[in-house]
Amino acid sequence: MIHIEVNNRQLEARPEDTLLSCMRRHGLSVPTLCHMDGLVPSGACRMCVVEVEGSPNLVPSCAFPVRDGLRVSTHSPRVVEARRTIVELLLADHPDDCLFCARSGNCRLQDLASELGVKRRFRGARSECQIDMSSCSIVREPAKCILCGKCVRVCEEIQQVGAIDFAGRGSRSRVGTAFNEGLNVSSCINCGQCVVVCPTGALTEKDYTREVMEALDDPNQLVVVQHAPSVSVSLGEEFGLPPGVDVAGRMTAALRAIGFDRVFDTGFSADLTIMEEASELIARIRNGGKLPMLTSCSPGWIRYVETFHNDFLENLSTCKSPQQMMGAVIKSFFAQREGIDPAKIFSVSIMPCTAKKFEAARPEMGRHGVADVDAVLTTRELARLIRSRGINLQQMPAEEADTPFGERTTAGKIFGASGGVMEAAIRTAHYLLTGQELADLNVEAVRGFDGLKQAFLNVNGLQLGVAVVNGVGNVNRLLKEIRDGRSDLHFIEVMTCPGGCIAGGGQPIGIDRSAAAARMKALYQIDAGEAIRVSHRNTAIKQLYDEFLGEPLGHRSHELLHTHYHPADVLI
Amino acid sequence: MTHHKVLETSGASIGEVGLPELLLLSIQENQEAHAGAESDSRLVRARRQEVTHPVIFIGAGTCGLGAGASATLKAVQSYLQNHEVTADVVEVGCIGLCSAEPLVDVQLPGRPRVMFRKVTEDQVPQLLEAVLSDKIPEAMALGQFRHPTLAPWPDVPMLDEHPFFAPQTRWVLANCGVIDPASLDEYIAHGGYRCLVDVLHTMTPMQVCEAVESSGLRGRGGGGFPTGKKWKFAQGTTATQKYLICNADEGDPGAFMDRAVIEGDPHRLLEGMAIAAYAIGASKAYIYIRAEYPLAIRRLRQAIEQAEAAGLIGPNLCGSGFDLEVVIKMGAGAFVCGEETALIHSIEGRRGMPRPRPPFPAVQGLFGKPTIINNVETLANIPQLMAMGHEAFAAVGTDTSKGTKVFALSGKITYTGLVEVAMGTTIRQVLFDIGGGIPDGKAYKAVQIGGPSGGCIPEQHLDIKIDYESLKTVGAMMGSGGLVVMDEDTCMVDLAKFFMDFIQRESCGKCIPCREGTRRMLEILNVLTRGRKNEARLDAIDRFMSVTQLQQLAETIRQTSLCGLGQTAANPVLSTLRWFRDEYEAHLFQRKCPAGACAELVTYRIDPRLCRGCTACVKKCPTEAIFGSRKNPHYIDPDKCIGCGNCLDACKLDAVIKE
Repeated sequence: MIHIEVNNRQLEARPEDTLLSCMRRHGLSVPTLCHMDGLVPSGACRMCVVEVEGSPNLVPSCAFPVRDGLRVSTHSPRVVEARRTIVELLLADHPDDCLFCARSGNCRLQDLASELGVKRRFRGARSECQIDMSSCSIVREPAKCILCGKCVRVCEEIQQVGAIDFAGRGSRSRVGTAFNEGLNVSSCINCGQCVVVCPTGALTEKDYTREVMEALDDPNQLVVVQHAPSVSVSLGEEFGLPPGVDVAGRMTAALRAIGFDRVFDTGFSADLTIMEEASELIARIRNGGKLPMLTSCSPGWIRYVETFHNDFLENLSTCKSPQQMMGAVIKSFFAQREGIDPAKIFSVSIMPCTAKKFEAARPEMGRHGVADVDAVLTTRELARLIRSRGINLQQMPAEEADTPFGERTTAGKIFGASGGVMEAAIRTAHYLLTGQELADLNVEAVRGFDGLKQAFLNVNGLQLGVAVVNGVGNVNRLLKEIRDGRSDLHFIEVMTCPGGCIAGGGQPIGIDRSAAAARMKALYQIDAGEAIRVSHRNTAIKQLYDEFLGEPLGHRSHELLHTHYHPADVLI
Repeated sequence: MTHHKVLETSGASIGEVGLPELLLLSIQENQEAHAGAESDSRLVRARRQEVTHPVIFIGAGTCGLGAGASATLKAVQSYLQNHEVTADVVEVGCIGLCSAEPLVDVQLPGRPRVMFRKVTEDQVPQLLEAVLSDKIPEAMALGQFRHPTLAPWPDVPMLDEHPFFAPQTRWVLANCGVIDPASLDEYIAHGGYRCLVDVLHTMTPMQVCEAVESSGLRGRGGGGFPTGKKWKFAQGTTATQKYLICNADEGDPGAFMDRAVIEGDPHRLLEGMAIAAYAIGASKAYIYIRAEYPLAIRRLRQAIEQAEAAGLIGPNLCGSGFDLEVVIKMGAGAFVCGEETALIHSIEGRRGMPRPRPPFPAVQGLFGKPTIINNVETLANIPQLMAMGHEAFAAVGTDTSKGTKVFALSGKITYTGLVEVAMGTTIRQVLFDIGGGIPDGKAYKAVQIGGPSGGCIPEQHLDIKIDYESLKTVGAMMGSGGLVVMDEDTCMVDLAKFFMDFIQRESCGKCIPCREGTRRMLEILNVLTRGRKNEARLDAIDRFMSVTQLQQLAETIRQTSLCGLGQTAANPVLSTLRWFRDEYEAHLFQRKCPAGACAELVTYRIDPRLCRGCTACVKKCPTEAIFGSRKNPHYIDPDKCIGCGNCLDACKLDAVIKE
């Protein structure tokens, strides 16, 4: 057993520990800016430096392996002065616009400045940078970048996209795209994981709250909103609730209070997606279609295939994502039923995702110049919108969503977690293939945070092979196996973000694995606690097919609910 | 180590492994040397101890080429053609006396080789005219090479008695400027690759590591880590793949030792690398060399091809059963890529940025495999070390620093160039005995040693011995070997500014203290050297505040930076502050630059007693700052003057005074 002494306190360490991991486990706090759990320490920010007895320089605790007998001081005057100087140096090249910054109040740099009591010590030239607004999803403001490198690492090492990297040298170093072009022509898939890890306001979602508010203020527009399954279990965190509290009812009430004319649940269109997608899967299996079929709910993943894996375009399910299906039925069936010109409906979606903004803006997502979805807000933007209207979410009464698209089953709700789409699809596919419900609706094998989960189910003699991937970088090995001839899989769910939508790029900042786990647990609790757990038992869905769509994969479905893909034209 | 043993244990097998014949002769000669046997004529010819027709050697290293060696070469060739003289023309590397380039040596049959200085193309005809008719133009002759048997030229001094060469101990540079770097045979004839064969056939890798450790050889790239000890780290690991990297990313301003070694004697490096690779068990070696060294790269490529063709590197080299592939990797010229982990990233195809250590490269380096990185000079020491034995190697130098060190002399010094001296030699000997002191009668001020990471040595410490430890006591460091000499005209604040500017540009930008801190330090130095005219209202206060921050900032950067570049980034400032505080104070308090180098702090005035009103200065002044009527004393308006100094140059009466 290794013993180290930190601030005169004896700590037990594990052989694989770094000073930081050991101290954190024992509840000792050292500030960090560049540290990312689970990745090799980069040692860039130097905020975690500590004094180790016998070491002439301060050492970065994130990268320093423990050894028996180490004597460490985490807040000696020397250490605190060094940290303060580092933050002062950062601030010397940082815009003074905290009051107008999207991250004010939720900024690591601001926190550290306040904790360390910094002064304005260095006044020199500031770097001149241009804001990159080119992407539909993400805004880059390099002036606020402190070059911690977390965005670069999440993009390259976790998501394996590599749209951004360091460029330039010395004080002219910048995080940027290839050839410093706009993010829109880079290989960015809009997943927004960079935004979630960014400690400052250098990366933010593109804010559409102004557009939404203008629509709300326009008496000629019917403003309809849908909210994604994972939003209700994370929104509470923005208002001081612990992670994983389901605020669906209170959120519905808040959305009405804001002024939305109808509040729908994307869980409904998730059920609709399942009806189409499960039918498509069965059709592909029966008719010798392209297999394995790949899910198409996650727009970052779609872009990933279009950019890096063009040879799999035909494997993608042609189903639109739940957001777009909802958008399509709102502006067709709903508009028809209400007798409103679809052009006068302003359709808003609340998503845990920045890529959904890109998806909504795709030209193929609409008809006759009318987009399926007009504006996409992330969970964070919704929280801002709620705050801007002076609404106290915690005290809102719970309300029910509107008909006809407010009714969902729990199969639609678990879409928010990695494996949820697969589980919901298996439940319905089983029914469609056998005419019977699964004996045990819980498909545990596809749940959880593992980057790649696989299961094989016997359905009427068919050995159905399924795989579930979360964190889009994890898909590469699987696709290589398939290219190399692997053929035992029929259906693969891929969620762009690690853990699925509950940890999406539009979710509250500063989440860690435990918060994401709490959100996931909440979704499965909802699933376990309700009566209707399969999409094909959603009565509103049945009604939609009976009154409007006809049947899954029917003519109208194809027109409204299915789409196509094409190779992405990107720089690198 | 006895070479005798080689023949005994594997004499038969060595003959069979297909070594070059010349190498076998060389091995044989070495074993029979004690018996006083005569050298084989093939070796004698390859060494050019005997020549059948005149040989003309041209110093065509990068320094020579810069001084016009290629024009000299053409002139030599056309002279020979026009006069129908049969002669060999050989391009050699740099012998070290760069200030005398272009250097041309002539060796006539039956006479020793003579070296001539500053042979520009126009000098070629008269030089060759004279020499080819057995006359030595003494003014141009630097000296003659000592020959074992031939009678020396009368009245031509011996080259090894020249003050530049006499105090040197030339081990690494032994062949530089002497042999044809493009000829494997010449290297072999001068004893090359003998050690490699010997080591491969008589020593275990561990024995090699131990011999190198016992010799006391330390890394010549700057850090000074014991080389043998480093090798043992990798030797001790059981990885299936290990790598050796030769760091030839020489980036210090004023350093060109590695370039000269590679250009002048590339096989020495390859032999050292082969021995090192054998010692650590690396089957693949990289030479990471900056792309700005095209000639060195060409020489290396050629040497690798030759050595591979001769079976001296490559699979089963020298019949040892050991394989070694040598790959050249060109760097794009980032200074930070000299740092081990950044260099590794660069070879791996990633951005050259350092990472925290541990894990050390010896444990987890290139592509995650144990990797030893040695600098060019360190590796070039290995053949000599193994040839002379570790005891003899360790006999030269001081208690903690053994062997020799190559230095590149530049700046305000009479003989700029490359010198190799025994450890323990004093800085004064290097600068004044070898380097010839400061030219133009100026006073010595300081020498910057160790590049941007090092420090400066003032007059009072000139007698310090060259030794890793003692240099640290004066705030300097051995570094890779650049010696930049400054005289009274150099402003030390300006010098610090130069290095700070260099470092802040070359910082990789990864860690905050180095990236942001060096930038602010440079700004502070800029403020110090700025004139009052270019100052806004609050700048004066900032100026005083910022100076108090200079040292604090330097301290934080040193203590918290990620890699060696950052940790030493502030050294030039700390060192100049330590020894030349008065200059900083003059800049801060009096707004004066004592050396007169900081243009904005220099003022010009006209002495009315000397000025005759010729208006020469008025015509040269770019800002119309000089007033006065013709034939009457003139006056410089300090508010308009930009300190360009044109008036000073224009005045023939010395009436313009610079202050």
